[in-house]
Amino acid sequence: MIDTLTHLDRLEAESIHIMREVMADAAKPVMLYSVGKDSAVMLHLARKAFYPSPPPFPLLHVDTTWKFKAMYELRDRMAAESGMELIVYQNPEAKERGINPFDHGPLHTDMWKTEGLKQALDLYGFDVAFGGARRDEEKSRAKERIFSFRTASYGWDPKKQRPELWNLYNARKAKGESIRVFPISNWTELDIWQYIARENIPIVPLYFAAPRPTVERDGLLLMVDDERFPLKDGEVPVERSVRFRTLGCYPLTGAVESEASTLSEVIQEMLLTTTSERQGRIIDKDGGDASMEKKKQEGYF
Amino acid sequence: MTDPVYVTDALIAEDIDAYLAGHEKKSLLRFITCGSVDDGKSTLIGRLLYDSKMIFEDQLAALEADSKRVGTQGQEIDFALLVDGLAAEREQGITIDVAYRFFTTEKRKFIVADTPGHEQYTRNMVTGASTADLAVILIDARKGVLTQTRRHSFLAHLIGIKHIVLAVNKMDLVGYDKTVFERILLSYRAFASEIGITNFTAIPISGFKGDNITALSDNMPWFNGPALIEHLENVEIGAAADEAKPFRLPVQWVNRPNLDFRGFSGQLASGKVRPGDAVRILPSGKTTTVDRIVTLDGDLGEAVAGQSVTLTLADEVDCSRGDVIAAADNPPEAADQFEATLVWMADEAMIPGRAYWLKLATQSVSATVQAPKYEINVNTLDHLAAKTLDLNGIGVVEISTDKPIVFEAYGDNRTLGGFILIDKLTNATVAAGMLHFSLRRAQNVHWQATDISREMRSDLKNQKPALLWFTGLSGSGKSTIANLVEKKLHRMNRHSFLLDGDNVRHGLNRDLGFTEADRIENIRRVGEVAKLMTDAGLIVITAFISPFRAEREMVRSMLPEGEFIEIFIDTPLAEAERRDVKGLYKKARAGQLKNFTGIDSPYEAPENPEIRIDTTAMTPEQAADVIIDRLLG
Repeated sequence: MIDTLTHLDRLEAESIHIMREVMADAAKPVMLYSVGKDSAVMLHLARKAFYPSPPPFPLLHVDTTWKFKAMYELRDRMAAESGMELIVYQNPEAKERGINPFDHGPLHTDMWKTEGLKQALDLYGFDVAFGGARRDEEKSRAKERIFSFRTASYGWDPKKQRPELWNLYNARKAKGESIRVFPISNWTELDIWQYIARENIPIVPLYFAAPRPTVERDGLLLMVDDERFPLKDGEVPVERSVRFRTLGCYPLTGAVESEASTLSEVIQEMLLTTTSERQGRIIDKDGGDASMEKKKQEGYF
Repeated sequence: MTDPVYVTDALIAEDIDAYLAGHEKKSLLRFITCGSVDDGKSTLIGRLLYDSKMIFEDQLAALEADSKRVGTQGQEIDFALLVDGLAAEREQGITIDVAYRFFTTEKRKFIVADTPGHEQYTRNMVTGASTADLAVILIDARKGVLTQTRRHSFLAHLIGIKHIVLAVNKMDLVGYDKTVFERILLSYRAFASEIGITNFTAIPISGFKGDNITALSDNMPWFNGPALIEHLENVEIGAAADEAKPFRLPVQWVNRPNLDFRGFSGQLASGKVRPGDAVRILPSGKTTTVDRIVTLDGDLGEAVAGQSVTLTLADEVDCSRGDVIAAADNPPEAADQFEATLVWMADEAMIPGRAYWLKLATQSVSATVQAPKYEINVNTLDHLAAKTLDLNGIGVVEISTDKPIVFEAYGDNRTLGGFILIDKLTNATVAAGMLHFSLRRAQNVHWQATDISREMRSDLKNQKPALLWFTGLSGSGKSTIANLVEKKLHRMNRHSFLLDGDNVRHGLNRDLGFTEADRIENIRRVGEVAKLMTDAGLIVITAFISPFRAEREMVRSMLPEGEFIEIFIDTPLAEAERRDVKGLYKKARAGQLKNFTGIDSPYEAPENPEIRIDTTAMTPEQAADVIIDRLLG
């Protein structure tokens, strides 16, 4: 038996339906754009959902100033190509205090990302924010709704989520409340890669292996992306063929040694790999078992 | 660790492109797992993820450590820890919400909704089931068919799941005994046919040991199959059936990038559509033909059920969000009164007569629900008399909407027959519903067009009709001020009518008491009467405590914009109680009067009344003048 629609067709149709549904009740929606592969897919789906109109909302990049250079390049290119407004927000307090991942540890994520996001949403008065989180990423994500309600202070209460039945989403909210909408909730990492290949979606070249200057630190391979990287005594960047499975702030994102330089090879490596995608990320681990759940309750995306 | 079913590694390593080409063609099956608390659901799902290599080494290492620390399986891996995600659950060892998991086999991709088994979480199971094609109902082989097994089967059937798998789990703990399995099968079959499940597949398994999961187990040579995964891979999904139904597209969004393009975006609920097809826009009934099916990848020659597309139409017809574009020769009905099954999902019980938002496909309307015809006891399936539905209550009700909606019976079309109810104040999703049919009285009672319009009637009286709605505590001064207002209007030659709360209860509403439901019905009737009077061109004045915001909003929504003027007679409770004109507060305090507003029944003050009168700051005369000025000024 062959179905007319494949699993990718169905996921695509579901995501498009979700995005259009948001437009019915949202006063001022925005799409959070992190420049990663999931964001790339989400942006592509938005363009499909509203074609021939451009997506009727801006892109918001909550910037930490510590992303990879290649990410900034792709970000600006994609915003121009999609015809969408790009809002870049950098927490002024973090900027003034020079918060950085080398000296400030968890405070870096908290101020630039968690606080920065809240500030940006407040400043512009966005009531609905699209995010590219997937349920297969992490345990607490597996239970999150597609339309996820946040209190006026952006808190998340897992016990107060609204039931989501069929493809009916209740997007009504009181003044001051906001919603995070995750249109690619049901996609897996493999789906994302396969869809990028099928649709020819531009992604940051860092996902493909190339010789890059790296140092090994605390079990992570870090790329020396610019001159702000403080080398310790005796530390010398080594050229290694590496790529990244996820992208964030370059000093916090571990690379993997790899020769995979095409999409097929990347997917092949992913399928044969034995460690999970978020393994190269530091964020899940501080705070023990429930760290992501705790971060979400505090307002992290 | 990999079973033969999943031996893809060789292909992935040797010819990734061939693997991907095959993978891309896989179909998608959504299913739910349900069972009682200790039936081993989480363990089974953990097993499926583990066997299909969806667990990575770092996760496995964490799992092994956790298993030794907090696991319930001694030194062995406790798969349940893998899926019991939230911190609260891990501490209590239970699953408290619907979680979604993903895995892939050679033939299919799967999305699993893991739904909890405790009594108080029926709503989560209904939620998980609403998007599922198949339900795996777990039974502990040692315990057999339990009350909860019956409940889960009934719910799965109620939500319209066609494929039921009875997984008799923990066979390892009963020595893989064939007779145990057959005894359970027999008792389940009897129950299933009682509730209308004619077809199910029973499989004896051990989620913990892995028997009959990916391949038939040597421990149960008496079982001929299929193994669980094999069955999940081969069961037929309803996609073809959906495509065979008549075409329906609920319009989500009107796409207007410029004056030359007007497209209608939505996801096909059923059927197929091609350019040139004759279509009908509902509820208006206008017909036209499809011009193009527009997508970013170019125009399509055909779209099928499940696809999200944008249509353009050959003619300039009115069509907006909430309308349904349907096959011209086979359109769905529109109606405003229905019979439906409701599953109540909120802590606060259903209030008969209260207006809720009803969302069905892309339509949102105001709807009221009558007291249930009966409630269904999900354990015994008995029909019980009920005045309301509490959390997790399931009942058959009549629903009226404030305007017709386009619908189909839930059994024919999930998208056009499934709906949710939303509380107008808290915005919570309070119920899920499944429409059965429209009620004949709605079909045969039509609006009779009359030649004299409400404008002609009010023009004759030389005034604009209005409804002055006084609300406030008992003894706040509503009737006194309302009476003064009417006297002044009368002197100014205005045609008015004062509906007083106590007076109406002597006649029209003499059958109503003071329970929450009766109070709502009281206000509904008064609202309808006031509406008829404003249609007649009168200025209507009402003086009712009308304690609930939702009902005042319901009356507001009955009238044309601007005609409902809410007047909040703001007297503090202590002051009203001090005045106690009718001696009612004394009685209420003494416990002789039940459900007295302000004492043991709440008063929800208006948030944005058109007029607020502070009776501690002005006399009734002054208050009446303020109101007249606002009305005529």
